[in-house]
Amino acid sequence: MKRILGILGLFLAVYVLTWLLADVFSGSDRASFMTEYNHVNLLKRVGLYGIISVGVAFVIITGGIDLSIGSVVCLVGVGLPFMLTELGWPVLLAVPVALGVSLVIGLAHGLLITKLRLQPFIVTLCGLLIYRGLARGLTNDQVYGFQTGFKGLKQLAVWRLPITDSFGIPAPFLIMVLIAIVAAIVLNKTTFGRYLMALGNNEEAARLSGIQTDRMKIVAYVICAALAGLGGMLFVLDTNSAAPADFGNFFELYAIAAAVLGGCSLRGGQGTIAGVIIGAALMRLLYNTINLLPWIPNNIEFAVIGTVILAGVTVDELAKRVAARRRAAQRDA
Amino acid sequence: MSESSPEKERPLLEVRQAGKRFPGVRALHRVDLTLNPAEVLAVIGENGAGKSTLMKILAGVQEPDEGEILVDGQPVRIANVHDAMRHGIALIHQELNLANNLDVGANIFLGREPSKYGWIDRKKIREEAKGFLAKVGLNVDPDTLVSRLSIGRQQMVEIAKALSTNARVLIMDEPTSSLSSGEAEQLFAVIKELRAQGVSIIYISHRLGEVKELADRVTVLRDGENAGHLDKDEIQHDAMVKLMVGRDLSQFYPHEVHEPDEAVLTVKDLRTPVHPAHPLSFSIRAGEIVGMAGLVGAGRTETLATLFGVTPAVGGEIFVNGELVNIQTPRDAIRAGMALAPEDRKAQGLVLEMSVRENLSLASLNRDQKGGFLNRQAEDAISEEMIGRMRIKTPHDRQIVRYLSGGNQQKVVLGKWLALRPRILLLDEPTRGIDIGAKQEIYALMEELARDGVAILFVSSEMEEILGMSDRALVMHEGRITGELKREELSEEAVMQLATGRGGAKAA
Repeated sequence: MKRILGILGLFLAVYVLTWLLADVFSGSDRASFMTEYNHVNLLKRVGLYGIISVGVAFVIITGGIDLSIGSVVCLVGVGLPFMLTELGWPVLLAVPVALGVSLVIGLAHGLLITKLRLQPFIVTLCGLLIYRGLARGLTNDQVYGFQTGFKGLKQLAVWRLPITDSFGIPAPFLIMVLIAIVAAIVLNKTTFGRYLMALGNNEEAARLSGIQTDRMKIVAYVICAALAGLGGMLFVLDTNSAAPADFGNFFELYAIAAAVLGGCSLRGGQGTIAGVIIGAALMRLLYNTINLLPWIPNNIEFAVIGTVILAGVTVDELAKRVAARRRAAQRDA
Repeated sequence: MSESSPEKERPLLEVRQAGKRFPGVRALHRVDLTLNPAEVLAVIGENGAGKSTLMKILAGVQEPDEGEILVDGQPVRIANVHDAMRHGIALIHQELNLANNLDVGANIFLGREPSKYGWIDRKKIREEAKGFLAKVGLNVDPDTLVSRLSIGRQQMVEIAKALSTNARVLIMDEPTSSLSSGEAEQLFAVIKELRAQGVSIIYISHRLGEVKELADRVTVLRDGENAGHLDKDEIQHDAMVKLMVGRDLSQFYPHEVHEPDEAVLTVKDLRTPVHPAHPLSFSIRAGEIVGMAGLVGAGRTETLATLFGVTPAVGGEIFVNGELVNIQTPRDAIRAGMALAPEDRKAQGLVLEMSVRENLSLASLNRDQKGGFLNRQAEDAISEEMIGRMRIKTPHDRQIVRYLSGGNQQKVVLGKWLALRPRILLLDEPTRGIDIGAKQEIYALMEELARDGVAILFVSSEMEEILGMSDRALVMHEGRITGELKREELSEEAVMQLATGRGGAKAA
């Protein structure tokens, strides 16, 4: 619990600051941040990015990394409308195929990493290149979309749980909450979750304790790729169309940054789902802030986000050291 | 305790009333040490007696909390390695500190490279390195990569490096722990030669045979304090042991002879991947404690690793209770009723960043699970039982294992396995690096388990432990079991003879 207080505090600070700067002291009498429209959008984005961040958190907890998420998002994101419109497949075939492809991708990553002992960075970097290339080749670089069709399927991305007449909680956020709850239960209440934490900290000790570490790691990569695939599907249902050349670009980095902000160590063995969700929320909030504040040019977006992440992890690391020193002092007394 | 013979010379190095505390441990308390010019002083003591801490203080790796250090009679402060070097003190670590990717010459002058116009003067390095290598009797080209030298030769490079800093005091921490007997003999010759040239050597070891051969005087530490001091003519095996242990051995090792039952573990022509040419055969009976002795690198750890499926066998058969078992992974071994407390508990035995409770339950989670979910009651029960039974000193079961002392960490490793009630317990250096109190508790536990019918196979590099705890000992040398000694046949000489693979008795 203590671990997520820092990131939660940072999130609230940026939230209040954005509200003050964008609305209260903006000199304009029309609010741009504290509006229902903005919050619906913000929640939707948090949901979409939160889903892929939860996925990568599993991999990061094992001490691995998945750089291919953005390309999986792209492959599924253009593949789904391609199958539905170009190939004319029924929804009940296209959706399982899209998710199946992501499962197979995750399985392939896991097998290459555990059985051939290839480095996760390399395997998934190649994945990043391969799936992007496949998506572009498959579509010949053309934009694919749903146009006005597939209204039922699109509800997954655009439906809202109505709260007031003009405000509702968007479906992707609800899906994310559901996934996060399941993920948190898996991580904290099952032997699989405990094994992931143990092997992320010390794979050799875990293996010598009788844990099938390879199998656990493979499952982590499958979860990551499957959630990337689900994310890709929801993203394209939300935007209605996808351009294979840039759809999902950098999404792996957003997801990894969210996980790290949320307390996952890239060394493995650490992290909470709640932290990761707040991390993802903070990323989207910052993006929103930059867009709403007229005196921050939009094109320095990456620089701002990068700086905030760096500051966040630096403060976290320093806090950890102070805590360790205090603990040592206590024991000594 | 006797004082050294009439002091004609001023001591080269003196430590007075040194004290050092670490969180939770008093590593040194009022320790004195005197080193005369051109002598070999052995510092001996059990693991955890404070030898390494004292040496780190002399070498500037750590600073003492109390006490003073005198060099040539002058009080000095040794705050870092550089200060130590200035006073002519060099430490040769147990684990060698050489850059494997560099050549011998570059290693000798690492950080002190002679330069010409800002460029490294390779010619000078070569020439000077040759001189220092000659001093340690090492005939290799300074351009040879360190990684291509044997461990024994690498150690000579370390010594040459120390000499190149004009060291007058060489501290050697367990220098023979990874040497073959031939290499060790060479090292002894070099040490004697250096002493003749006026260099003083502080020699840390718990191999008493070596100490007897080399040392002019012996200082004994126990539990971080001076336990005694022996002059040349007093250096006898029993005298050293008595000072190290602080009581007679029969009291220290709670050993009683067990009435062994039927064979629980039988190994036939087992071939490990490291020594595939040497098939191993032995068996261990219920209630029996079998020690496995040998020098470092003899293949003992590898044998345990193969039995436990860490590095699966390349041939041979393993029988548990008469049934052939196929062990390819640690999981298979656990199913067959085995448990392994590995040599390097931090790297292999524990998840350091997890809590005492999570470590204790790690191996039994699978057995106690409820449809994939953790069984908190079972976990709490195991944690409570083991903390009590093993007397693990921890403020609470949520304590992160990293912050426990070595002895308590080892108890956590053992507790993790006892929760599974193994029939065969494999222990690799079970008391390495832990204090005397915890050591005795672990011995008592081994006895208790043996009484309950557990078959125990333990690897130890401590002769006293092998002699004190074994019902029977297997001795290994270079991958093969060179002999088996019954309790009544056990003696240091008999073990060493088999461990070194030499026909004759060890020269003392």
